[in-house]
Amino acid sequence: MATTITATTLTAAAPGATTAPVQPTLLRLATAGSVDDGKSTLVGRLLHDTKSVMSDQIAAVERVSRDRGLTGADLALLTDGLRAEREQGITIDVAYRYFATATRSFVLADCPGHVQYTRNTVTGSSTADVVVLLVDARKGVLEQTRRHLAVTALLRVPHVVVAVNKIDLVDFSQEVFDRVEAEVQAVARDLGVEDAIAIPVSALDGDNIAERSDRTPWYAGPSLLELLESIPSSEDPAHEAFRMPVQLVIRPQGAALDPSHVDYRGYAGQVASGVVRVGDEVVALPSGRRTTVVGIDLGERTLEEAFAPQSVTLRLADEIDISRGDVIAAAADAPAPTQDIEAVVCWLGDAPLRPGQRLLLKHGAKTVQAFARTIDGVLDLDDLGAVPADSLSLNDIGRVTLRLAAPVPVEDYAVSRRGGAFLLIDGHDGRTVAAGMVGASLRTLDPAPTRPEGDEEWDI
Amino acid sequence: MTSPAAYPQSATPAMGERRLSQLDALEAESILVIREIAAELERPVLLFSGGKDSVVMLHLAAKAFWPAPIPFPVLHVDTGHNFPEVLAYRDETVERLGLRLEVASVQDYIDDGRLRERADGTRNPLQTQPLLDAIAEHRFDGVFGGGRRDEEKARAKERIVSLRDEFGQWDPKNQRPELWNLFNPRHRPGEHVRVFPISNWTELDVWRYIEREDIPLAPLYYAHEREVFRRDGMWLAVGPYSQPRDDETVETRLVRYRTVGDMSCTGAVESSASTNAEIVLEVAASTLTERGATRADDRISEAAMEDRKKEGYF
Repeated sequence: MATTITATTLTAAAPGATTAPVQPTLLRLATAGSVDDGKSTLVGRLLHDTKSVMSDQIAAVERVSRDRGLTGADLALLTDGLRAEREQGITIDVAYRYFATATRSFVLADCPGHVQYTRNTVTGSSTADVVVLLVDARKGVLEQTRRHLAVTALLRVPHVVVAVNKIDLVDFSQEVFDRVEAEVQAVARDLGVEDAIAIPVSALDGDNIAERSDRTPWYAGPSLLELLESIPSSEDPAHEAFRMPVQLVIRPQGAALDPSHVDYRGYAGQVASGVVRVGDEVVALPSGRRTTVVGIDLGERTLEEAFAPQSVTLRLADEIDISRGDVIAAAADAPAPTQDIEAVVCWLGDAPLRPGQRLLLKHGAKTVQAFARTIDGVLDLDDLGAVPADSLSLNDIGRVTLRLAAPVPVEDYAVSRRGGAFLLIDGHDGRTVAAGMVGASLRTLDPAPTRPEGDEEWDI
Repeated sequence: MTSPAAYPQSATPAMGERRLSQLDALEAESILVIREIAAELERPVLLFSGGKDSVVMLHLAAKAFWPAPIPFPVLHVDTGHNFPEVLAYRDETVERLGLRLEVASVQDYIDDGRLRERADGTRNPLQTQPLLDAIAEHRFDGVFGGGRRDEEKARAKERIVSLRDEFGQWDPKNQRPELWNLFNPRHRPGEHVRVFPISNWTELDVWRYIEREDIPLAPLYYAHEREVFRRDGMWLAVGPYSQPRDDETVETRLVRYRTVGDMSCTGAVESSASTNAEIVLEVAASTLTERGATRADDRISEAAMEDRKKEGYF
């Protein structure tokens, strides 16, 4: 699809090239915004302007647009993929789209604004490096805009871009843009989002999407695509503590592909945070046993170090008891496993959550029994405060206290998105009923508990 | 206020900086998914057609479990109209990796009357029943497929781990939220999950990865001379399952295949690309989707794929 990747780039990236290779990086973004703010059109425009839409797809969109009596191609049709979506002219579910420039590939989660907006925005935001929030220049910040921004802030998406859309419908007015931007920034600051960047755009006409528009001469910033190309995709893992949930213990024994590996024993997982090197001292959690990394494998390749988010296999000096679900962490800076968690959950179940309810909690590669001890309040996304509640309904965001059947080395979500995220699962039918964030809160609410989450049953 | 600060850092990793390239990031995600499903489920299986996407998936699975063998069998739903060189390649690959191959045969179903040949001759939609029967017979609870979200609009709505009910049906309006990188394949007895580890890969990513990893493929992906005839804007191969009509003339052309499916409905593209590097350049410059260029069955209606998927298709 990535038609803008040029032959030159590809040649430079080819193995064996003598010049420093330009390796494209991956950026994950999600869209958010109120209904009719033009999200599908913006996504269609990004795909179109990066030449990620093929001629047969354009032909199909033009045909359908004509059939519906439209004069131009409705770019929203590029993304509304389900029959029901096309019938109703709305987006029902998150759709994933791909586009690329010479330096970057993008995975875009297109999140619908109205139906199940919390579920969809939480889903899209959970993996996003950047959220592009659409605001209609004529309408400014609406209730839904505010709610989406609150969810984005809660999920701690690292970057927020505000696309002030339909700027063509306000005659490209700088005054209107400045007013809307000030309004959005005020809400963002209330939510603790400091670095939101606003851009005046017309998704329909393409102003400031791929190229800077000469119809907004007063705007000196980058186009949306230029901005998305320059945003760093992730924090440098060197600044984080090493963690790796163990997905599998690899012990081929007699089944080894090569007889030299019959005694191989490795711990397979994805590095959740930080860097691990051969020779590092690590600790297995929750057992607390310490050992040293003697080898790092990625398939047949042997590595000197691995970093987030690589999927690798670690070999350790001692045959200590480590099984699936355990976490291997830097010995010097390991989280304390706990059976008691205070968290914010986005409730996604059809039936409400009530105190005393039994569930399964999945954190990393570990699934344990859990029950909801108390419900400590539900977030009011309009005034951003918490109000008392005795249950959480579908799409509610609330604070809960959970008790776990076994200690789990969770971390504060504010410290580590990976180490603080969990699912709540209905043990009967297997459905995912909540997205959970340990200790999380909106940044303006009471700070998350800072006391170490030690537990009396935790014993090294 | 109107000139946002540019980000000081470049998005392109400098030498020595710890940031994964796009292909490495995709590889890491796919291996995570494959391992997680193998660990959580009792009886996974991987759908292997011999096509490039399923080969990449197998390659990732081999990496995920190395130096242990891939801990699940592979399943091929054989339409009976496959290219013979693809079947040969399938068998070689299974042999090379020491895998157990199960075959569900559409031909068997047609022979004993459980399925009937369609008027248009395509057998792709006929694969659903043998697939679901094989899943039930072997009690497979997780089925790895090589589907990619960039292929098609309905696939773009698909989860990486996607629930199928006891009839094998997909309910696109009631999908589980997929949060962070925490995958949940739990299901009730009789249900199963379809798992798409390369959901986030594009056709170009697949080819760049094949090039980088030097993965052997079936020969018809590379330029070769073949007897073809023109139908519906595609070059179809002359073979036992696809014969030209009276008004269609047979020509010998230099072609290759972008997708590999039934001989009767998979079109070849004119190409002189004979190496992975040449194919990467060709795909990068292409203005047609691979399905638009090569699949007659996907042109039937705007919702052809969605309808097939709802019934339990790949």
